[in-house]
Amino acid sequence: MSLRLQAQSLACERDDRWLFRGLDLDIRAGEIVRVEGPNGSGKTTLLKILSGQLADYEGELYWDERPMRQARDSFLSNLLYLGHAPGVKAALTPLENLTWYQAMAGQPQDEASRYAALEDVGLAGFEDLPAGQLSAGQQRRVALARLVLTPRPLWVLDEPFTAIDRDGVAALEQRLVGHARRGGCVLVTTHHELTPCAELRRIRLGGGGLDVGN
Amino acid sequence: MSGTEGLLSKEAPVTFHGEPGGGLAVAFWATLKRDLVLLLRRRSEVMNPLVFFAIVITLFPIGISPDPQLLAAIAPGLLWVAALLAALLSLDSLFRADYDDGSLEQLLLTPQPLAVLALAKVAVHWLLTGLPLALMAPLLGVMLALPAGSYGVLAVSLALGSASLSLIGAIGAALTVGLCRGGVLLSLLVLPLYIPVLIFGAGAVQAAIFGDGVMAHLAILGALLAIALILAPLAIAASLRISING
Repeated sequence: MSLRLQAQSLACERDDRWLFRGLDLDIRAGEIVRVEGPNGSGKTTLLKILSGQLADYEGELYWDERPMRQARDSFLSNLLYLGHAPGVKAALTPLENLTWYQAMAGQPQDEASRYAALEDVGLAGFEDLPAGQLSAGQQRRVALARLVLTPRPLWVLDEPFTAIDRDGVAALEQRLVGHARRGGCVLVTTHHELTPCAELRRIRLGGGGLDVGN
Repeated sequence: MSGTEGLLSKEAPVTFHGEPGGGLAVAFWATLKRDLVLLLRRRSEVMNPLVFFAIVITLFPIGISPDPQLLAAIAPGLLWVAALLAALLSLDSLFRADYDDGSLEQLLLTPQPLAVLALAKVAVHWLLTGLPLALMAPLLGVMLALPAGSYGVLAVSLALGSASLSLIGAIGAALTVGLCRGGVLLSLLVLPLYIPVLIFGAGAVQAAIFGDGVMAHLAILGALLAIALILAPLAIAASLRISING
């Protein structure tokens, strides 16, 4: 088994407008793929298609060289998706939020690792406050703690830098690079300029046409 | 902390998972527990249908007539219709909060079967809406001069029936979760499917009052629940996928 996500002549239409057409992708272990484009160019839609949430597209998706429909279970147990909405319950504490995610990931319940994950994203001391009382950036950090808590090889992150402060951005960027170097794979949309590195690859969407470059 | 060191170590290579292992029971209980905690922290939402039920039943003797004979004749139907509407009232919020804060898409992306996780959410709805309604109904039955001997049947029929109502209603809630104002559509979708439950539920209480056998009615309610338990989770899962696609 290997980490490989492929798309063949992917196309998606919204409101009589092609967001993208004839998009071929081959994403392998050790890569950070940044999806770029202006607002409304279909970045989130592409990420949702690639994370198996939208079925309304043309073209074929392959995971581990098998069609996505057959490989869906294997794909989902290797995927960590962070969407636009952080998926953090305001009435629950960060610790309780992570408890649920840990259980969903099929991991044994382990409180020490939840504390460690929260400390890792700079939320030490906020474990037992309702998440609704935290700032937007801190709520985003609760979601980001899942990157530490539930290790998965494929990360699909939609605007993960939103509301995060400068130090947090640098730390997260390092985390992405570290993940790719350890053989993981990151698919990310962001308006924040990532520091160029050997692992980084770009996909540009927008204006109906697109170019895939390195 | 030594146990977590391996997990956090920056050097450890990522591991590729094969097919998902077990963990379904863990995920089911975690979802059940999370939703129970969430609703118990927002008590007004839990109280809303119960207060509605109490107010409606209190108003009927005032609006119609305090005559015990008249009230006793219509009591089974009144109690059942009021409980059904109270349960419907709380359905709209079943998946709404999850949809808004993004945890619904996370629920759909877990490798666990969605139908089972949806069942956990429905179970919480029944525990905090259907079951309390069933326990309250005998108390409110006193106000409607419900004849002695039918109180037990009323509670049992409501407990069984409201579980079916929660399951069927959740299909509608899942279908309308992506819409801004799904409330009216939800009622239109769900109410026709509620009718069999209402007929046999109210029928059971009626039969208890007339001294007929109630077991036939309760057995049919049980059968409806069994069918709903098997089919509804699959329908809820499919509906959620459609809603999130839109």
